[in-house]
Amino acid sequence: MTDRELLLGAEVIARAALDDGLSGVYAYPGTPSTEITEYIQQSDEARSGRVRAAWSANEKTAYEAALGMSYAGKRSMVCMKHVGLNVAADAFINSAVTGVKGGLVVVVADDPSMHSSQNEQDTRYYARFAQLPLLEPSNQQEAYDCMRYAFNFSETTALPVLVRITTRLSHSRSTIVRRPSATPNPLLPDTDRRKWILLPANARRQYQHLLDMQPRLTEASEQSPFNRITESARPSDTGIIAFGLAYNYVMETISRHKLDLPVLKLSHYPLPPTMVSGFAARFRRIIVAEEGYPIYEELFRGFFGDSRFAGRLDGTLPRTGELTPDALEKALVPEYHKTLREVPPVVAPRPPELCQGCGHRDLYDALNEVMSTYEQRHVFADIGCYTLGALPPYNAINTCVDMGASVTMAKGAADAGLHPAVAVIGDSTFTHSGITGLLDAVNDRSAVTIIISDNYTTAMTGGQDSAATHRLADICRGIGVEAAHIRTLVPLKKHHDENLSILKEEFEYPGVSVIIACRECIQTARRRKSSEHKK
Amino acid sequence: MKKNILIAGVGGQGILTIASIIDHAAMQQGLYLKQAEVHGMSQRGGAVQSHLRISDTEIFSDLIPLGEADLIISLEPMEALRYLPYLSDEGMLITATRPFVNIDPYPDLEALLDEIKLRCRQHLLVEADRLALEAGNPKAANVVMAGAAARYIGIDRQQLGASLTSLFEAKGKTITESNARAFAMGIAITTDH
Repeated sequence: MTDRELLLGAEVIARAALDDGLSGVYAYPGTPSTEITEYIQQSDEARSGRVRAAWSANEKTAYEAALGMSYAGKRSMVCMKHVGLNVAADAFINSAVTGVKGGLVVVVADDPSMHSSQNEQDTRYYARFAQLPLLEPSNQQEAYDCMRYAFNFSETTALPVLVRITTRLSHSRSTIVRRPSATPNPLLPDTDRRKWILLPANARRQYQHLLDMQPRLTEASEQSPFNRITESARPSDTGIIAFGLAYNYVMETISRHKLDLPVLKLSHYPLPPTMVSGFAARFRRIIVAEEGYPIYEELFRGFFGDSRFAGRLDGTLPRTGELTPDALEKALVPEYHKTLREVPPVVAPRPPELCQGCGHRDLYDALNEVMSTYEQRHVFADIGCYTLGALPPYNAINTCVDMGASVTMAKGAADAGLHPAVAVIGDSTFTHSGITGLLDAVNDRSAVTIIISDNYTTAMTGGQDSAATHRLADICRGIGVEAAHIRTLVPLKKHHDENLSILKEEFEYPGVSVIIACRECIQTARRRKSSEHKK
Repeated sequence: MKKNILIAGVGGQGILTIASIIDHAAMQQGLYLKQAEVHGMSQRGGAVQSHLRISDTEIFSDLIPLGEADLIISLEPMEALRYLPYLSDEGMLITATRPFVNIDPYPDLEALLDEIKLRCRQHLLVEADRLALEAGNPKAANVVMAGAAARYIGIDRQQLGASLTSLFEAKGKTITESNARAFAMGIAITTDH
């Protein structure tokens, strides 16, 4: 097996895209998708300038740029975590109507069990919504093979193709065998204006075209190498339909317990109707295993409930969270019982924490002290390392909803009369989705204090470049925040008293103020110093 | 041949280095392997673990089923206990004894070690920090642990040692040699055992 390479699932996606003649990747960091783009950034292809790979400001700008590269005839990829697709949804849904020129593969990494996320939404819903094909590989080799299929299929159907992975596949290593590389496409822009200008007259025709494509998409699923049936040796009255990664847990259980059960593995959507209905018709009971929401289990049951189908909806499998081999063992071998060792009560939880030496710590110390002087103590926070200010000893924040929501929720609460109305947002989250909210606050003269906790990086996901390092004050001024109320502080213990006064002064200002708390992330600072040392 | 190995610790302690030594060795032996790891929020000083499975036949699940781990290697005594439901009846637990204290209160160390002795017939307590220091590389406690676990991994020790060398070659002679000493000191524990 010397020709094998050991890679994380996310890196497999990246390696495959490079081998498939990729010309550019566009992405905003987000667990569990970050490593795809990082792998490409570190590749020879990107370092030599043949593949474009820098970070985008957010998922919407990333998606649109990938669409533009496709328009120009080249192969492009856009990567994001599941909630990133909410940000990119406008571009995404409409790109199904325009269609594409060069292959456009949309890789979305879902996070069932919410290891690093606010929800566990299932991207397969989005694929149905947009009426686009989706591939859901069950292992690393299939992820590699899916990518080549996806680029080719995107070009033959002139549609974007989704590839859905989840945390477990993205962050699990295995070996893969690569295929010979494809040559990147030449520059060959699309000249069909009627396809790309979505005026109503064009949009209606394009939408009809998307509907007319659907039989072709289901036919491809019927023939797909990624959908297949494994028959049992003897006739069975129970069958299993296993989607994507769930297939692994089904097969793990079947092989460990030497079960004789037929399995329909599905990894290519829209579902192949003939294959699925032919399979389901043979059994009295069908266990449906989906890594994500019970989307297809619900469809199979129908509104009036075909009770042959068992899965997440009837308690055969857990309703929420990622599947495990243990959940499948319980579903397929309910009579099996094994006594497990217990975790002794002496074991305490060990939640994540802000690093020692992190500037967010000193900011929260100062903020808590000033907030304690007010009757109303509400801090609207955002998505990033500083969300850990929610935990003891800080207990410093009251909300964390979606990227940028700190600014606009503080604004709405200020409009309602809450004082002080304080937002805490990181530098990268601010450039991702905070700027437009700040413009709303300026236009409305809302009495808010926006604290940008600026560590010059996208820290939570591992220290990727932040979009506007050292330009945040200029951006705020440009939007119209008064220069006198754009304050800068350095969150260090030695500045504590000075920082208290700055916070207090701006909380008392009855208009928009921005406080930029600047201190380099301790993790990126360490890496920077160690690489400077080597030089 | 089939081994399920769970490696546990606190974010930043170096469990992925242990995993990559075993990964490399397994690949050299032509074995199938899957290795699930934790990225993202928990890496910030939280409890982290890696499920590593090696086999001479195809592996399906990236996760080890409960009660099926042949070996737990932990870089920290409390983290060793956190994953006990994964350990099989005959499973071996090997842990470093020095606590990583970033929670308050941290449990009594003697109570943790007593639980390990009580609940795991097969266990090995390793003063990995002290041995790493003796080996001349205070950062190599994880390499000591890899050495201490070597005879239970199911891969030839020479291969594991060679994999360690090839992974650290780029870091220069000093680190490679001190790692080799740390690994040998880990191995020595079980040969005397």
